[in-house]
Amino acid sequence: MDGEELTEQETALYDRQIRVWGADAQRRLSKSHILVCGMKGTVAEFCKNIVLAGVGSLTLMDDRVVTEEAWSANFLIPPDENVYGGKTIAEVCCDSLKDFNPMVRVSVEKGDLSSLDGEFYDKFDVVVVSCCSVTTKKLINEKCRKLSKRVAFYTVDCRDSCGEIFVDLQNHKYSKQKIEETIECQLRYPSFEEAISVPWRALPRKASKLYFALRVLEQFEEAEGRSPGEISIADLPAVLKLKKELCEANALNASHVTDSLLERLIIGTREFTPVCAVVGGILGQEVIKAISCKGEPLKNFFFFDIMDGKGVVEDVSSPKKESK
Amino acid sequence: MVSERQLEAIKIDMDTIEVSNLNRQFLFRQSHVGQSKAKVARDAVLKFRPQMSITAHHANVKDPKFNVEFFKQFNVVLNGLDNLDARRHVNRLCLAADVPLVESGTTGFLGQVTVHVKGKTECYECQPKPAPKTYPVCTITSTPSKFVHCIVWAKDLLFAKLFGDKNQENDLNVRSSDASSSAHAEDVFVRRKDEDIDQYGRRIYDHVFGYNIEVASSNEETWKNRNRPKPIYSADVMPENLTEQNGNVAKNCVVDTSSVSAMASLGLKNPQDTWTLLESSRIFLEALKLFFAKREKEIGNLSFDKDDQLAVEFVTAAANIRAASFGISLHSLFEAKGIAGNIVHAVATTNAIIAGLIVIEAIKVLLKDTDKYRMTYCLEHITKKMLLMPVEPYEPNKSCYVCSETPLSLEINTSRSKLRDFVEKIVKAKLGINFPLIMHGSNLLYEVGDDLDEVEVANYAANLEKVLSQLPSPVTNGTMLTVEDLQQELTCNINIKHREEFDEEKEPDGMLLSGWTQAPPAKDDKQSMNDKQSIGNGGDSSNALQTEPADAVKDGEMEEISEPSGKKRKLSEGSKASILDATDGTRNHKEVEKLDDDDDDDDDVVMFDDLDSMTNKKKRLQ
Repeated sequence: MDGEELTEQETALYDRQIRVWGADAQRRLSKSHILVCGMKGTVAEFCKNIVLAGVGSLTLMDDRVVTEEAWSANFLIPPDENVYGGKTIAEVCCDSLKDFNPMVRVSVEKGDLSSLDGEFYDKFDVVVVSCCSVTTKKLINEKCRKLSKRVAFYTVDCRDSCGEIFVDLQNHKYSKQKIEETIECQLRYPSFEEAISVPWRALPRKASKLYFALRVLEQFEEAEGRSPGEISIADLPAVLKLKKELCEANALNASHVTDSLLERLIIGTREFTPVCAVVGGILGQEVIKAISCKGEPLKNFFFFDIMDGKGVVEDVSSPKKESK
Repeated sequence: MVSERQLEAIKIDMDTIEVSNLNRQFLFRQSHVGQSKAKVARDAVLKFRPQMSITAHHANVKDPKFNVEFFKQFNVVLNGLDNLDARRHVNRLCLAADVPLVESGTTGFLGQVTVHVKGKTECYECQPKPAPKTYPVCTITSTPSKFVHCIVWAKDLLFAKLFGDKNQENDLNVRSSDASSSAHAEDVFVRRKDEDIDQYGRRIYDHVFGYNIEVASSNEETWKNRNRPKPIYSADVMPENLTEQNGNVAKNCVVDTSSVSAMASLGLKNPQDTWTLLESSRIFLEALKLFFAKREKEIGNLSFDKDDQLAVEFVTAAANIRAASFGISLHSLFEAKGIAGNIVHAVATTNAIIAGLIVIEAIKVLLKDTDKYRMTYCLEHITKKMLLMPVEPYEPNKSCYVCSETPLSLEINTSRSKLRDFVEKIVKAKLGINFPLIMHGSNLLYEVGDDLDEVEVANYAANLEKVLSQLPSPVTNGTMLTVEDLQQELTCNINIKHREEFDEEKEPDGMLLSGWTQAPPAKDDKQSMNDKQSIGNGGDSSNALQTEPADAVKDGEMEEISEPSGKKRKLSEGSKASILDATDGTRNHKEVEKLDDDDDDDDDVVMFDDLDSMTNKKKRLQ
């Protein structure tokens, strides 16, 4: 594919992972550019993973100041005011991440994500957003989709001891191993907006309850003008009311989205670190697959919940637009 | 990972940091290469959790100081080990100390976490674990059919013969044909006084790749159903004198004595390239030359080390030439190194996922949430919509000799087999008891220890050489022997059954142990039936790593048997949801222990025995 060989340093450092995905995939990784917005614990884990993997560059966006909540779940931020004082979350994380792999260019971008235009997103191969409203998610996704080059789009959020990943690879061609041979495959992904517009009744009966619960919370926060996660037990009655309305609108039995799950997600405002590791790990793997075009990526939602311990993939796409 | 302020941890690791660790072991930096893993990890964790109490031991977990009393200190033990021997050892100590153990392993994209609690769940040894892969001597010395056979030949026979301990027994000249020429052949490998190094090299080359192959080729029986190998002589491959070769030789190449390399010398830069027969031959001769020219002092003492560049080059070259002879495809240095070094491939993401899952199980253990314990499998391919699959732990295996103290049975010829055979082949090799105490009733037949006096030591040494029926306390049909390991606090009872005859092919050891199951290593050769011995790749049974990546799960073929949650022996898919109070930061947890014992750079190995029993499918190992 490329004429460039891996350097001796890269071969030594990446030896164990080259044995997993091959030198060609490693080369593609080294040329890839990742944008990450919203740096909580899960995203910190994800960043650590891809920096170790040896991507070309990683750009961080998060202008919030460091608080105790931030460093309690984000291992990239040392709990030392001398270190983080006066810096944004992105800046502190940037310093830590550079340390993990000097061969990766890690930098900070300041500003409002949604005000940036297509030209900005064109610089990247992968965009990962977290801790942002449903409107912002749709907006960024659309900007990525408008570009002529394929920019992979992911959302990731963890609440309490659950996590959700959304994947949009648009039109993705990849190779996979089946026994001894390599097969070329293709997948078509719906956009975030298309996915969440799929009527709930069209989804399988046993679809992860987390999907519905998170959509309810998303809508609630959007309607009330809240930041993601800016919610408390006092909001529970209003949330349950919204849930009922949404279920009715979707012709779904209200009991399908359990009240206890919603309550749990509202009360649990902080991330739980082992969940961050698990979800950040899955996300890291997915991004690596997307960049290398090796291995079947998940389509298109992933859920993890400590309660049942399952890591589940849900395909939320409209049957009409689906084609393999 | 830990945010509980009251937690104390002890970390044990005997290894030092290497460059190839850095792609995933993120507590370490380039500047830490060569330092103790336990110590550096401790320092790194304290940076983001300064209030934690962590003690680091740069030590081997099998050290006697880590005895049952030591283990009793802990609420939970977390394993991140990379070899079967150490895992079994810790398993036994945790059982003896009655401390829950969270086990784990990863290979590439696969991984798993399991919980073991005495009396409640299976112990780590309740399910058989695969043995390290071994190959029949015949396959290695005479009839290789796969590249790995050539590697084992090049590493354990040729390399060992040329550069290793000369007194070590070596099968290099063992042939299926007559051995009459072997006495003469013994001199071949020794470099004659003042022999020109190039000449010596070509002489060795011609002997092992030319002459030996011609002789082997002449045996009709061996090749009746196989393709004959082609002898290869240096003159045919490299007609010109080595010093006159043009083209790829890097003329201005200054050979740095600290990183002597035949590849560098010959200008072959890319370890991912597959050399031709000619290139392999050049490397073979150049590497041999460099060993003698730059590392002469080491010759006679060398053992193969995958991080020894020149050794890897030599073994790759030799294996390739042999492969060419036998019509097997050649491989790159990168691939050959992986095979020769038993390298386990590893990535940061899988390790992160498994680490998260380990902590989740550890917290359940600390909270004594017994019903919530799960074995969780990280899958490469989505199965039943899952990438992470939790399974309820099984009940203890009633015939597990480790945790259920069920007696084993041993069929053996008590008039012919010596106590030594019993100790080596059964007690150490199969039962994993390295410091045994063997009793017949109240009579001590054998023991190891620092506190023995001369008389006892002499006594036991004498006992080892006696056949069982001639021991001071005779061991015959119906005898019950007790084998103990004091450190592991393991007691094992073995019923002895006398048997006269054993099948030389199927039971080459002359013993049959039952009531103990070991998963058979996947044999790819049917020839193994004809061979009495076998050669392992790497030899050391304590480094029981699989030589090929575990590619266990067949997608979409798992059988789900739904059961009410209760610890039946069958599989039950997860439990009913209930509130797990996992984030209670006010609890005063005691100690958590993490064990890392990377013997070499190899990372953890995945064991998929549970999935195998669910799917009834054997692992594909090639």
